[in-house]
Amino acid sequence: MNAFLSSIGYSHWVLPALLAIPTLGAIVIWLQGAPGRGAPGDDDVASGVAAAPRLIALVTFLIEFVVSLGLWWSYDASNPGWQAVYDTAWIPSWGIHFRIGIDGISLMMILLTTFTMTLAVLGGWTSIRKRAHTYYALMLILTAGMLGVFMALDLFLFYVMWEVMLVPMYFIIGVWGGDRRVYASMKFFIYTMVGSLLMLVAIVYLGLSAASPLTGIPNFNYDVVLQHANLRGPASFWLFGAFFLAFAVKVPMFPFHTWLPDAHVEAPTAGSVVLASIMLKLGTFGFLRLAVPLFPSAATNDTVRGIILTLAVIGIVYGALVSLVQPDFKKLVAYSSVSHLGFVMLGIFALTVQSVQGALMVMINHGISTGALFFLIGMIYERRHTRLIEDYGGIARVVPMFAAALTIVSFSSIGVPGTNGFVGEFLVLVGAFRTYPVFAFIAATAVIFSAAYLLWAIQRILFNRLDKPVNFHMPDLNRRELALLVPLLAAIVWLGVYPKPVLSRMQASAEHFVQSVQTRAVHSVAEGGN
Amino acid sequence: MQFDLAIPSQLTAALGPDLLLMGGASLLLLWAAWRAPSVAHQRSVGIASMLLTVAVGAYAIWSLYQLRTATGGPIAVDNFRWMADAVILLGTLFTIALTIDDNERQQITVAESHVLILFASSGMMLLAAAQDLMIVFLGVELMSLSVYSLAAINRRSARGAEGALKYFLLGAFATAFLLYGMALVYGATGTTNLADIAARVSGLALTRSPLLVIGIGLLLIGFGFKVAAVPFHMWAPDVYDGAPSPITAYMAATVKAAAFAALLRVWMEAFPAAFADWRPAVGGLAIATMIVGNAVGLAQRNIKRMLAYSSIAHAGFLLVALASGSTQAGAAMLFYLLAYTLATFGAFAVIIVLSRAGDHPVMIEDFAGLWSVRPWLALGMGVLMLSLLGFPVFGGAGFFAKWYVLQAALQAPTPETTLAVILVLTTVVSAGYYLYVVMVMFMKPRPEGAAVPGATPGLTRAVVVVSVVAILLLGVVPNRFVRLAQAGVMRSIPTVPLAPNTASTARP
Repeated sequence: MNAFLSSIGYSHWVLPALLAIPTLGAIVIWLQGAPGRGAPGDDDVASGVAAAPRLIALVTFLIEFVVSLGLWWSYDASNPGWQAVYDTAWIPSWGIHFRIGIDGISLMMILLTTFTMTLAVLGGWTSIRKRAHTYYALMLILTAGMLGVFMALDLFLFYVMWEVMLVPMYFIIGVWGGDRRVYASMKFFIYTMVGSLLMLVAIVYLGLSAASPLTGIPNFNYDVVLQHANLRGPASFWLFGAFFLAFAVKVPMFPFHTWLPDAHVEAPTAGSVVLASIMLKLGTFGFLRLAVPLFPSAATNDTVRGIILTLAVIGIVYGALVSLVQPDFKKLVAYSSVSHLGFVMLGIFALTVQSVQGALMVMINHGISTGALFFLIGMIYERRHTRLIEDYGGIARVVPMFAAALTIVSFSSIGVPGTNGFVGEFLVLVGAFRTYPVFAFIAATAVIFSAAYLLWAIQRILFNRLDKPVNFHMPDLNRRELALLVPLLAAIVWLGVYPKPVLSRMQASAEHFVQSVQTRAVHSVAEGGN
Repeated sequence: MQFDLAIPSQLTAALGPDLLLMGGASLLLLWAAWRAPSVAHQRSVGIASMLLTVAVGAYAIWSLYQLRTATGGPIAVDNFRWMADAVILLGTLFTIALTIDDNERQQITVAESHVLILFASSGMMLLAAAQDLMIVFLGVELMSLSVYSLAAINRRSARGAEGALKYFLLGAFATAFLLYGMALVYGATGTTNLADIAARVSGLALTRSPLLVIGIGLLLIGFGFKVAAVPFHMWAPDVYDGAPSPITAYMAATVKAAAFAALLRVWMEAFPAAFADWRPAVGGLAIATMIVGNAVGLAQRNIKRMLAYSSIAHAGFLLVALASGSTQAGAAMLFYLLAYTLATFGAFAVIIVLSRAGDHPVMIEDFAGLWSVRPWLALGMGVLMLSLLGFPVFGGAGFFAKWYVLQAALQAPTPETTLAVILVLTTVVSAGYYLYVVMVMFMKPRPEGAAVPGATPGLTRAVVVVSVVAILLLGVVPNRFVRLAQAGVMRSIPTVPLAPNTASTARP
């Protein structure tokens, strides 16, 4: 495989191609049908208008996924540096380059993105009934934006990509969402923007501090900025704070999480899947790529770390407790994300190799299992048009395949050994226990809560008594839905039983992350002492 | 090649584009008066005015590439001037194009409206060139008097008359401040030439002279009125709301561009040594303008008033560039003015499409569900709103404009972090009203029985298309314009690097 890939020069063009393919796909879809064709109430699925755009989108995402899959083999797991780098000048007067590349962390995030997005098209296959052209075009642009964030090695490019993904998501929630979609989309946009604009100021500041002394042109190259970034002093705390706010909103950390339940619940199925599986990971990815490595002394400062770990643990427990009392199944899953992402933050800031690896695994696992949960909710919602748990009951007898899938996915989300969920949370707890036993202990209790809320929910939905006549004749999963779920279920089992190929590809990057942060933090303390 | 401005023929050559515009406008005035007023006549005079504007614009851009300089004198010959001219003439071209269509819709038959626009623009070009306070005053008056009459050009509109009268009274008031400020600066330094003022201020150690400081303050108030900076902004919403839409766009974008070009040149060339004196004043003005403009903008339901407050807010963002005193301030300002001109004219062109004949204000609610009846128009308006918001890629040039101002603010001798943070926070506030328009267009249903906007007249459509395409293009490949803008600034403001030294030595 590697010989073939290198014979076609794969690593030279793959990253730009991954950005270009969805962009071109979006253009093709819009050329195929004008953005506002038809009356507003038109049902594009029934009239067949949606057939072409969704097919183009699916084909584009399949091509994208196949192209990205080559990275799995071409990636050299022993090398913690940037790979498949592509660098070209963009705006030389401002020292801005179009510089992209990957390490083990972004590799897995890119694969997760292309995998999930392909399934997300299938997830909205029949439920997106209006303005199908624009919807699929926006999904493709959104993909380009998210992949761009994972690849960006130039701070300016990172910011641009960070904002690019905001607009498509705003429209996806606001146009195709539920009843309170307008409110939810506006809240999502404004929350994200507050954080990211302060990050913009920090990025300009960093770029200027890395400016060339000869020409005075700023430099936004990640590696150069990393060398010039203030290691200590009040400035580094303020800058860290700006990045922290941008990413903490996105993660979302308690107490910046209030946009999440609204956005997740109001978004259409595919929108919720993208939000949960990928967009939340962008926040934690931002901590791993920018906030922590650039300001190691601020990030390892005992007070800062104490605050962040406390918030992470509050998020873990709070998210789980709030999930316990949700009558709405989608909202329950939305709050469970707050809890799971708390584990990621705990893993990152505990700063041991194991806990960071665990955090990365949780990022991937949460993407798969929560994405799958949102898909499943979308499926029963399409059948019954309600998400309230009390409207179901005993449907396992009516829809056995659905019940089996929901049970496996819930086990994975709980973290039952043998599913993927177990590996990540276990590693985080083991890793965090070495440095922060108290936090790890409290977080471990939340695993029990998560078992409680999900098991209780599936008991009320699937088992109990089948007492509502409307539920007697629900159709079971169709072939499209099976095609969507089988890859997810396979991934759940594969990562639960044999996570080594994934872990080994992230190992070098995780080690490099922990080591460089620790040495740079120590270095800055030593400098401060002089 | 260098112009020697003491020689009349060379002075004439250096003023070439300005003279071409003034001469052409005078001839067009004769032609406009030659025939009885009619819709067809105003259209042909309008087309001729557009051709003249294009010719002058080509002359200015040709001059830009000639890389000429001049000896010290009443006017400047540098890239900054030519690029400011290009932005002004672009706005003029857009205004005339929109006015032709709008006059037809409103049944305004006075062909002189186009000629008045040309005269106002020649005043603006003088402002961009002025290197002497007298020329600044000449330019301000030529520009303002023409714009006063333009604001009242629709004689059947009561709101138009009210706005124009307000504009005239407050404008005259502001001119008095300007003139008094100039007199005091002359009194302190004994000259009106900008370079000589700078030399005497630093040479005679006048930075603490009360005469000079009060003069600078009065000048700042005068310019503050012209650019509608808070607290001198009260006239703007009424005037913008009452005037015909093309003229509103002209006042919001082009008048502002000219006033800022003059403001920047006067401040950077005449008062760099007094940087420590005016920095807090300009910075405070910027903060007040950004906060008030954006906060009050949130409450607007009439789209022209909303854009009026947006224009006030943008003046605040531009003042940040000035307050920084950075070498990048001029280039950042030029880029910002270009992006703002494009977005403003595009947005007003869309408003013209949506407005009905007669004296009805266009409300934001009128945009409800526009996506389902006029999808391309809604998409264009979406891009324009995101550009005014300063959003990357989808908002194109608007983002780079804000980026450049931020960069200028943080690159200043003493980084203006506070101003930068207020700038981005007020930008978030502005998302509240720009996105409201986007939300109304794309996420609200079209109300039952709402009239579908009529077909877009050709010239108006051209303005929308050109502005949206230019915004998106500049949003991907801004480098060429940035390079030109930077070259312009290095030539015109060599004295700025002095400012930090003065600022730091002035402290006890």
